[in-house]
Amino acid sequence: MTATLGVPMKRKEDPRFIRGKGRYLDDIVLPNMLYLALVHSPYPHARIKSIDKSAALAVTGVKAVITGEDLNAAKLEWLPTFHGFDKQMVLAFGKVLYQYQEVAGVIAETREAAADAAELVEVEYEPLDPVVDPFESMKDAVILRDDREEKTNHIYHWEVGKRDETDAALAASPVRIKERIVAPRCHPAPLEPCGAIADMNTATGRLTVYLTSQAPHVHRTAFSLVTGIPEDKIHIISPDVGGGFGNKVPVYPGYVVATVASVILGIPVKWVESRTENLTTTGFARDYHMDVELGATTDGKLTALKVSTVADHGAFDAAADPRKYPAGMFGIVTGSYVFPAAFAQVDAYFTNKPPGGIAYRCSFRVTEAAYAIERAMDILASELKMDPVELRSLNFIKNEQFPFATPLGFVYDSGDYETTMRKALSLIGYDDLRKEQAEKRQRGDLMGIGVSTFTEVVGAGPGKHFDILGIKMFDSAEIRIHPTGAGIVRAGTRHQGQGHETTWAQIVGEELGLDPQDLLVEEGDTDTAPYGLGTYASRSTPVAGAALALAARRVREKARKIAAHLLEASEDDVEWKDYKFSLKGVPGKAVTMKEVAFAAYTNPAPDSEPGLEATYYYDPPNMTFPFGTYVAVVDIDRETGAVDVRRFLAVDDCGTIINPMIVEGQVHGGLTEGYAIAFMQEIKYDEAGNNLNTNFTEYLVPTALESPSWETARTVTPSPHHPLGAKGVGESPNVGSPQAFVNAVMDALSPLGVRHIDMPLTREKVWQAIRGATA
Amino acid sequence: MFPAQFTYERARSEDEALAALAKYGSDARILAGGQSLIPAMRYRLARPGVLIDINPITAFEYIEERDGYLSVGATARDYAIEMSSPIRSRYQLLAATSKVIADPVVRQTGTLAGSLCHNDPAGDWPVAALAARAQIVVRGVRGTRLVSADDFLVDSFTTAVGDDEMAVEVRFPKPPPLTYGAYHKIERKVGDFATACAGVQLTFDTGGRVAAAGIAIGAVGAKALRVADGEMMMTGYVPTEELIGEVVEVAKRVADPVADNRGSVQYKREMAGVLVGRALRDACRLSGLKGEGASW
Amino acid sequence: MVISVVVNGTRYERDVEPRMLLAYFLREELRLTGTHVGCDSSSCGCCTVVLDGTRAVKSCTMFAVMADGHAITTVEGLEQNGKLHPLQQAFWDNHGLQCGFCTPGMMMTAYAMLRHTPNPSEREIREGISGNLCRCTGYNNIVKAIAQAAKELTTVETVTDEIAAPQKETVPS
Repeated sequence: MTATLGVPMKRKEDPRFIRGKGRYLDDIVLPNMLYLALVHSPYPHARIKSIDKSAALAVTGVKAVITGEDLNAAKLEWLPTFHGFDKQMVLAFGKVLYQYQEVAGVIAETREAAADAAELVEVEYEPLDPVVDPFESMKDAVILRDDREEKTNHIYHWEVGKRDETDAALAASPVRIKERIVAPRCHPAPLEPCGAIADMNTATGRLTVYLTSQAPHVHRTAFSLVTGIPEDKIHIISPDVGGGFGNKVPVYPGYVVATVASVILGIPVKWVESRTENLTTTGFARDYHMDVELGATTDGKLTALKVSTVADHGAFDAAADPRKYPAGMFGIVTGSYVFPAAFAQVDAYFTNKPPGGIAYRCSFRVTEAAYAIERAMDILASELKMDPVELRSLNFIKNEQFPFATPLGFVYDSGDYETTMRKALSLIGYDDLRKEQAEKRQRGDLMGIGVSTFTEVVGAGPGKHFDILGIKMFDSAEIRIHPTGAGIVRAGTRHQGQGHETTWAQIVGEELGLDPQDLLVEEGDTDTAPYGLGTYASRSTPVAGAALALAARRVREKARKIAAHLLEASEDDVEWKDYKFSLKGVPGKAVTMKEVAFAAYTNPAPDSEPGLEATYYYDPPNMTFPFGTYVAVVDIDRETGAVDVRRFLAVDDCGTIINPMIVEGQVHGGLTEGYAIAFMQEIKYDEAGNNLNTNFTEYLVPTALESPSWETARTVTPSPHHPLGAKGVGESPNVGSPQAFVNAVMDALSPLGVRHIDMPLTREKVWQAIRGATA
Repeated sequence: MFPAQFTYERARSEDEALAALAKYGSDARILAGGQSLIPAMRYRLARPGVLIDINPITAFEYIEERDGYLSVGATARDYAIEMSSPIRSRYQLLAATSKVIADPVVRQTGTLAGSLCHNDPAGDWPVAALAARAQIVVRGVRGTRLVSADDFLVDSFTTAVGDDEMAVEVRFPKPPPLTYGAYHKIERKVGDFATACAGVQLTFDTGGRVAAAGIAIGAVGAKALRVADGEMMMTGYVPTEELIGEVVEVAKRVADPVADNRGSVQYKREMAGVLVGRALRDACRLSGLKGEGASW
Repeated sequence: MVISVVVNGTRYERDVEPRMLLAYFLREELRLTGTHVGCDSSSCGCCTVVLDGTRAVKSCTMFAVMADGHAITTVEGLEQNGKLHPLQQAFWDNHGLQCGFCTPGMMMTAYAMLRHTPNPSEREIREGISGNLCRCTGYNNIVKAIAQAAKELTTVETVTDEIAAPQKETVPS
């Protein structure tokens, strides 16, 4: 037995996927299954005057048409949103609050019949003036939510830090910058759309729901709360999930309508959304409008940070943030730097847009924060006429300052920012690039170098702070070792491509000295897996990964007793060394875990319970704080505004690495998503509230040609509080990269006096900036 | 998303297709590659009552040079055009266009004739057809017509093909010696419709003067647009930066775009000019002919 | 309307509605669920299959009736006699997949591409798969995987021939 941690083991889940034998939601067909199609509102804000189902019901094969009024009668008209401030209409009643809002559901024998009939549901609307812009919404001229007691569009005010002290520090700072920095509305758009198959068994009274879910256990609880069905009568199965990126965390109306239909009809009902439904109704991300102010001394020492944010949450507040943190972990906005004073505040508003504000490949609101601080640092560097790298270096939290308490409430676990940045600069050849750039500028060529030295916060989270629907954000693991030394490993997480079936086996294999190939990992079935909060916000390795290691150590403790029995020694004389139990001081006298496992069932110690298994529910003592330095190099075509990303290097530090191949793959994927956000993606609305990006011809996903070829490297600074020292990585590339791209473009444009352009940096925006500057 | 119901007619020969057209009239649509039509049907933006599938007519798959023309049959795939060695060697404009249409998988099914019949204002083939002075063979039960690309491409999504007719072939005049061409396109990503595009075909005389010019732009009007004044300005002259600059200005005047997610009116118009300039310079460079006073 | 198709070497006859898309025919009539559907606009390529051994098509942008008389290869037809196709092996070896949803379409596009371009450069591979979207991998490892498979396929001719054989069968309609 050799080490399995840190090994680039090929993935155990791949053999089924490369054969087309994955089992995704839409692959599942149940006997007599019906199909649900939803009817959507063409208006962003309108009163529903009447709904006529008759023509739809007359279509051959149609079994039922459900409206909001029907759900009202059954008291199923609302579903809870995850942080508990608000609720969301299942099907609109009274009025619709965003374009494409779900208005009715048609259940039919075939998908085609359901689609045909959905067209025939006649809804009479009285259009109302829409409120599309959060800065208009805040005026409260039109109150969007007449169901709420509070007659305002303002959802919440949240703040952290010291306002007065920060204002004073800013006022006293010789150098100040202020910029409106917008993280536009975008969408995670996993390639597999969301869907559900609800199967109410009238004989057993048990509801099974197959669900595209990143958090099946939380969904079981939510389903119980919505429907009133006791939780033991609900079985959620999240089959293979074709990407999630945060999109498959919330509960959506389609899930509830399919469930209601199955409960009423006693027949399985499938709902699979179209790409248009995915982009127009399910959880969007961001839409943060941030006013960022930095203060500094003339030699570049930071003095203060203040960020005031207006957040557009759409028609319902469905952001899946912990209750105490309506703006998520936005307090990470102080980044990798020492600020003597800092203050952040967020005010959220309703608008006539779909709900969301979910964490798209980031811990809650971390991408927004990292983007704000890293852009602001570049703007400050430009103001100070300093190299952005030197400004960062001057203000980094130093190694000896860890654990570091930030003015906005986090305690960073560990970091080595300077080393990581220097490694990146050396690998990319920063000094040579700057020389090349100076020469090119002489000729009028636009070349830019952008750096991001981000810190993120993941692994939500300690139960004293974090919850979803009141449930503490622990996670769990259960390990059962069979007599032959093979075993099954279950966790409360649910992977969507992150490779848990491999990395979890590697963790347990390492801890127990067993071959990961013999350890089956299973997630996503609420009947069998221990309760956990799921996979999002880069929490799987920091939380469930820790639970796995600690459950394995519990197994090992039991195994030690059995080993002592087999070695005919006292437990104190048995040590775990080189992946086996050895008798101290007696070379060669040892038993393997495989031998112990067999004995656990065939020859247990006289005073011990047979069997070899353990469970661990892990409540993390702190978050983890991965970091990195990313460098982008771009060339800009003056005539068209096209940006060519010539090189991109990501140096990540995510603590201890379990599988370097998987870590690198996660980084590659997140970088392409970061590229998309920086250059291509936005969900835009016109003034009338019409969504302008309703499918993949308008909401752009980069192909292999647009996506740059990625370069990666790493440093390793373990987390001191995680049992393995691991920090999590899935979201670092998405959190760390957008600002590297934007900083590079702004660096290229800086000779023209261009200071900031909001994402996405389309060719036209860049072209207009060049034109404006040179006109 | 699922298309509305329709009647499916499989045509195994041209006669069967024409008979079906005669039978169903305006309720019928010809189904060639279907790469635009089928997505439109899935969104129920198109609801033809009848589809006449001409894919089984293998006799329509040809790409061949004959009688002074390159003839492309109604079901020849874009990918076959891209891979065709005569096209690669002698029809540079078509070769360049074929590489940037939609995406490489769509190109394995999409057809040139189908694209012209669809006549999307942002389509690529209409631009190339204008610049290369294509003619379309239109056939109905009443006979055959030969229609120039200019007359064929009537308006957005509208062509000169009558309800009982179909386009059976697209013909490109065989380029004389010293003919060079280029196609430039700005798209937000592979598979996107053009933000702007430009196709150019120049025939030179041995002195490096332009003997004939074809210049067209796309995605900047209700349909693909010929830059006729620019063609005239170049004909008889040795290309210079100044002349190209003037043609670019003409192209920008011809452009009449509408704003959408791809860009503003101003941006699209400017890009039409930039791309015409680039395509002209490419064609000049490919010629290698530096006539007296040439500069590019 | 009754159609007859050969899928992965097996002939099937089925009565289908004309509006049934080939992707749903494969998935729901034949229960070959490796072919996925990720969009409605022919953009994502998750549904890509190979027609008549050489032509990659997006099966959500083709009616099943149009496939009558043709041979179709889906991801389920890549493995032969218990041996993974070099593309499958290469995707596994190079971590060319994560969630796996785009993977079958990506491999089928690559399969057709390698028939036309057996020794592609990195640029040609990127161009060749630019009709297929992936949200997970950032494409680096997919490109590596296809390059490995190309190398393998050009050195092991027998493998290509073995797999090519059933594709050549066509069904009289």
